Amino acid sequence: MITREPEYFAPSLNRLGRIGRRVLFILRDIGRAVMLLGSALLGVRFVLRRRSRQEVVSQMFVYGIRSLGVITVVALFTGMVLALQTGIELRKFSQEVNIGTAVMVSMMREMGPFMTGLILAACVGSAMAAQLGTMTVSEEIAALEMMSIDPVRFLVMPRLVAMTIMTPLLAFYTCIMGVVGGGVVGMTQLGVSWTAYIENATRYADLKDLYVGMLKAGLFGVIITIVSCHEGFAATEGAVGVGYATRRAVIVCFLLILVVGYFVTRMFYL
Amino acid sequence: MIRFDRVRKELAGKTVLDGVSFEVRRGETFVIAGPSGAGKSVTLKHMVRLMTPDDGQVFVGSEKISNATGEELERIRAKFGYLFQGGALLGWLTVRENVALPLRERTDLEDRAIAERTDRMLRLVGLEEDGDKRPAEISGGMKKRAGLARAIVRDPEIVLYDEPTSGLDPVTARRIDALISRMGRELGVTSVVVTHDLQSALSIGTRIALLQDGGIVEVADPQGFIRSPRREVQDFLASQFITKKGPWERNGQ
Repeated sequence: MITREPEYFAPSLNRLGRIGRRVLFILRDIGRAVMLLGSALLGVRFVLRRRSRQEVVSQMFVYGIRSLGVITVVALFTGMVLALQTGIELRKFSQEVNIGTAVMVSMMREMGPFMTGLILAACVGSAMAAQLGTMTVSEEIAALEMMSIDPVRFLVMPRLVAMTIMTPLLAFYTCIMGVVGGGVVGMTQLGVSWTAYIENATRYADLKDLYVGMLKAGLFGVIITIVSCHEGFAATEGAVGVGYATRRAVIVCFLLILVVGYFVTRMFYL
Repeated sequence: MIRFDRVRKELAGKTVLDGVSFEVRRGETFVIAGPSGAGKSVTLKHMVRLMTPDDGQVFVGSEKISNATGEELERIRAKFGYLFQGGALLGWLTVRENVALPLRERTDLEDRAIAERTDRMLRLVGLEEDGDKRPAEISGGMKKRAGLARAIVRDPEIVLYDEPTSGLDPVTARRIDALISRMGRELGVTSVVVTHDLQSALSIGTRIALLQDGGIVEVADPQGFIRSPRREVQDFLASQFITKKGPWERNGQ
């Protein structure tokens, strides 16, 4: 049952009590998010049904394709900044031709998935939390439960599938745009020809970098969906509660993207 | 049909229901009236286990819904239609799609049968011309009527109405009242209506219960209710300018 009763806790008497309660709330939220992920994964077996299929495609369009504009701009400038900063340093050793490698490896290993994750957390995560939060406070989730429609299967599962597919694709697109941005800076600011830049970029690019980057992006997609849906379902107290849930969703997504990103890198490269 | 047995519920440190007991009979329109914050909606939510009692039991027929989970809960809930205060329509679907949703998701009916049944429900609530609009494009009263169409589309035995006339102009409110009366008369459903609008309660109720200070103060038919000697009832009647002489009239009579 997703619909929850309003919770009330008596004010704690001392600082230790407040800290203890905070820790318990965090553990409770982790438990609920894990259960939500489990239920959504169980619902994936229904993904080929007509309505679910349509919903997944619709979510892929809403959350993926509509984010392309902002992703393109951010990726281009990320690549441009990377190329400029490394190019300025490498030029001191007349090695500016190697900016291609620097941009490609940075984008594939870290910056591509990371920037995509942050953009999607801000654009998509906030939208998901706000939508589900509004549905919760306006009793639409309760209405679904009254109709014996599982809100997790109906709302979370299609978003989870769509985001798990779209985030790696968008991260790959971010990498390409970043490399293009780096190439533009190489050509216009550092005097590196496009052919030399691309040749250098592809020579040292490892397939493992691509796999790990896409794995990270997929994990970020799962994190954004589950955290945002969980926060949305937990919204209470009308518009203020929805705003609070949205803010919390974005903050938690940002933090988890940083932490998970670090541990995946550590796991594959150390 | 629905029985509350000494139900107790505390919310935010306040006792909202304090040993509430009553019974809703099959086929009647049972109105729970009371001032805002008296726990009327909380009572309604206990009937379908959107809330669970801290103490006491809620029965639907012979089944204990307050302990039900999983498939058992789903089976008991299938007996109910629920009209939420704001209609609770899904914003990205049209009115027609909203009404058809329970049939699409929970039955094996073919598209044509779903369309026919949906159109019949829309006609019943007078929204046949507005089926293709989205909830944002229709008025509050229309949302409630659409919510009602969705609530009854699977032929429930019991329909629960949470403040069906709140926030509506008097003409639309009486139209909703007429619809509720029609549900009972024509479809034979048992209705439980929660409202603070006593005019509406007296108009549609077979029996009216006054919920105040965590308990049921009075349960009586409309005539008996306005003649009740209980001070709380008379104060509540007076607060809505209703006296023993009227003015109020039975819907459709």
